[in-house]
Amino acid sequence: MKTQKLTVMALTTAIALILSFIESQIPAFVAIPGVKMGLPNIAIVYALYRLGWKEAAAISLVRVVLVSLLFGSIASFFYSFAGAVLSLLGMTLLKKTEKFTEIVVSVAGGVLHNIGQIGMASIILETDALRYYLPFLLVSGILAGVVIGLLSGILIRRIHLK
Amino acid sequence: MKQKEKKSYLRDWIIVGALLIAALLVLLVVRNRQEAETGTNAVAVVTLPDGEKQSYPLNKDGVFSLNGGTNTLVIENGEAWVSEANCPDKICMGMGKISKNGEFIACLPNRIIIVVEGGEESPVDGRT
Repeated sequence: MKTQKLTVMALTTAIALILSFIESQIPAFVAIPGVKMGLPNIAIVYALYRLGWKEAAAISLVRVVLVSLLFGSIASFFYSFAGAVLSLLGMTLLKKTEKFTEIVVSVAGGVLHNIGQIGMASIILETDALRYYLPFLLVSGILAGVVIGLLSGILIRRIHLK
Repeated sequence: MKQKEKKSYLRDWIIVGALLIAALLVLLVVRNRQEAETGTNAVAVVTLPDGEKQSYPLNKDGVFSLNGGTNTLVIENGEAWVSEANCPDKICMGMGKISKNGEFIACLPNRIIIVVEGGEESPVDGRT
């Protein structure tokens, strides 16, 4: 791996971490856990477009591990991990079709992140009660995805780190 | 090239808009069903970390200590909420009051889930 690429990846990871921290400092504007902006996803979507899906996956994984160590718990690691994997998988596949803009890709990422988290929480807590909660997270995932898609789109077009 | 890009953005906005409307409709339908499924005998079912379930009728006011005191459940006027929790995030306290079938409060750090289950008067549900 070229040093330059490694540096760009490290920088993107650092940015994703900072965004995670900023997000953790914003009080939840809706009293439903899991409803978040998903700011770190800006860095992931950027990486997906500018660096590639493997790089985005590496950055996402490192972010999830570090965030759980720094601000979270074992449980939050599993939730985030499931969300991040599903989200990245969906975004990568949608992007590969080359039929959609980063808006749709990011919306899919937001929604799938929520579905992954709820799925994992349902497994860990051994309950199906969370299904009632899914519609809220679908709506919030779409809205958050639009915002993140717009922001990442600006960065993808303006910042060329390679 | 530029023209093509613009077009696909417009199409993507339509896709996103359609998704949002669909999600809002699902939300509305689910909420309505929840309301219809709530009878006067609704209970708050508390699932503890060891899998044990406890039922608290919503029509009986009271303050209950859950899970050996990690969380406190209050029931008043047919609504249930968590008034105290020893977890750091206190999200369960912020989740507000629940009273309709399927509404729930989760305390993930303490692994407690409180779900409202309809009453006997609710229409028979095929799934259960």
